[in-house]
Amino acid sequence: MTMQIADSVSLSSPEAKARAHAAAARNNLRTEPKAVRIAIITLAILFLSVFVVLPLVLVFAQAFSKGILAYFDALAEPEALAAIKLTLLVAAISVVLNLVFGLVAAWAIAKFEFRGKTFLITLIDLPFSVSPVISGLVFVLLFGAQGYFGGWLRDHDIQILFAVPGIALATTFVTFPFVARALIPLMQEQGTQEEEAAISLGASGLQTFFRVTLPNIKWGVLYGVLLCNARAMGEFGAVSVVSGHIRGETNTMPLLVEILYNEYQFVAAFAIASLLAMLALITLIAKTILERHLDEGHDVNDH
Amino acid sequence: MTIEVKNLVKKFGSFAALDGVDLKVNDGELLALLGPSGSGKTTLLRIIAGLDWPDSGEVAFNGEDALAQGARERHVGFVFQHYALFRHMSVFENVAFGLRVQPRAVRKDDATIRARVKELLDLVQLDWLADRYPSQLSGGQRQRIALARALAIEPRILLLDEPFGALDAKVRKELRKWLRSLHHEIHVTSIFVTHDQEEALEVANRVVVMDKGRIEQIGSPDDVYETPATAFVHGFIGESIELPIQVEGGVIRLGDRPLRLVADELAPGASKLFVRRHDMLVGPPGSGAFEGAVQHVRNFGPVQRAEVALSGGETIEIDAPRDRELRAGDTISLEPRRYRIFAGT
Repeated sequence: MTMQIADSVSLSSPEAKARAHAAAARNNLRTEPKAVRIAIITLAILFLSVFVVLPLVLVFAQAFSKGILAYFDALAEPEALAAIKLTLLVAAISVVLNLVFGLVAAWAIAKFEFRGKTFLITLIDLPFSVSPVISGLVFVLLFGAQGYFGGWLRDHDIQILFAVPGIALATTFVTFPFVARALIPLMQEQGTQEEEAAISLGASGLQTFFRVTLPNIKWGVLYGVLLCNARAMGEFGAVSVVSGHIRGETNTMPLLVEILYNEYQFVAAFAIASLLAMLALITLIAKTILERHLDEGHDVNDH
Repeated sequence: MTIEVKNLVKKFGSFAALDGVDLKVNDGELLALLGPSGSGKTTLLRIIAGLDWPDSGEVAFNGEDALAQGARERHVGFVFQHYALFRHMSVFENVAFGLRVQPRAVRKDDATIRARVKELLDLVQLDWLADRYPSQLSGGQRQRIALARALAIEPRILLLDEPFGALDAKVRKELRKWLRSLHHEIHVTSIFVTHDQEEALEVANRVVVMDKGRIEQIGSPDDVYETPATAFVHGFIGESIELPIQVEGGVIRLGDRPLRLVADELAPGASKLFVRRHDMLVGPPGSGAFEGAVQHVRNFGPVQRAEVALSGGETIEIDAPRDRELRAGDTISLEPRRYRIFAGT
């Protein structure tokens, strides 16, 4: 009771007013005036709606513009089914290859010191810095009829360009950095001490990898695989150059979307596009979940 | 298990981490490798463990060449400064790891492994933490688990790299005592690395003092404290006063002042004189080897620490008993009860 009285007294005292004023001034330092805040937030929301949400909604609106039956008919077309199958196959091949390459590269870079390490790190980033069209052209130069291995391949009756191997190669090249990029900083941060501990406890190299290293980086691996997969399914430029656009055979989903669109088959084009958009949404959600796990994985032993 | 290290050399680029190290570790002893950072002590430990390889030299366990074996075959327990517990495994699984990865032919059955882990957790007094994860433990608990994990494989040798370096002072003191009594109990040949002299002197049977990739002195804790073999050891262990002096014609000079100290059998030239802070006895002016004026006095429990400007140019800190209070401005004389002189600068 006395406390309350004392409180109310002190609140009205000039000293308390000064204190309240100081607190308000402190708050002002940390944040903008209300009007500015509202303006900035509105601007951000507007921008996001026009450039991100609206296109996404439009894709689905167009896909369903002739009704749900037309949508599923478009997806059931043999050409569409072939494209979906090819896309899944190519994505599976490049994800598996890049998982292995990425693990090996990240392992080498994070756990060992060797000459040319910086160069190797730069090289891993090359597919990101080169235009996908050029990545595709490289394979045409290598395996095309006029290319370095063209003659040899023709003699042995091996088809790489305008066939699944070419598409898989181009996709693998373009998506190479994802797994390695996701793992290198993670593995560097975790250091080599746990592996050293495992080996001094008598574990073999393989036991160390499967029991210590892999469990520590599993979320990072999943993260890299997820992004790698999303890009592999969505890749257009590099695949466009090497595919040859043979209908029902070498068209992936992004290529088919373009072809159908150019032929004014909007429902069919957007139906396929909606599948890719859905993949993007799933990827985003999975990515958010994985990032939470990745944060948990940090800073366990040290500090 | 004895360990013998002969003429070990290890270079990182142009930096010699180990520059010709010879060391013999007796069976069952607890040896401390003491030195400042960069002295090569951790490198030496890692080479003994098989986690690093020397450029040249020999390492033998019980007379057998250890360098012919990898870390996996050496059967050495290693405890890391930052614990290196497996972060995704429970405490129980961490300790069980070394037993579970054994080749199938010699691996114990699950019940035996469980019993052994339980026994080890009891030994480090943390059996109640078996189901926790490393991130849920305090630093001191993590290090004890790391020790239990290393002991699980019944190592021939136990190596500890700055085992208490990452812990706060109070926990460190507790764990020191605990490590000594644990060693008393299990008696495995152990080497631990530290830069903390108090830790080395308190825990170890023998102390190896290292600097710049070389061994400066090997001896009992009393030896290295009471009779330091080199200027480095005297300066590194215990709180020492270090004075640059000149020896000429049987006289020791500090700056331009001759000191009342015996200079027989000393090589002429620039040398260094070392005295422990508490070995400087205070007397009335004219009674001791040094003359000086008191600048500052601070009290630390039973002693008073005085900053004294010596006539001759140096300012030193001494620890004097508080039976005779010193005051700033006093002119006093100082007589070293014990001192050592090392040639060179």
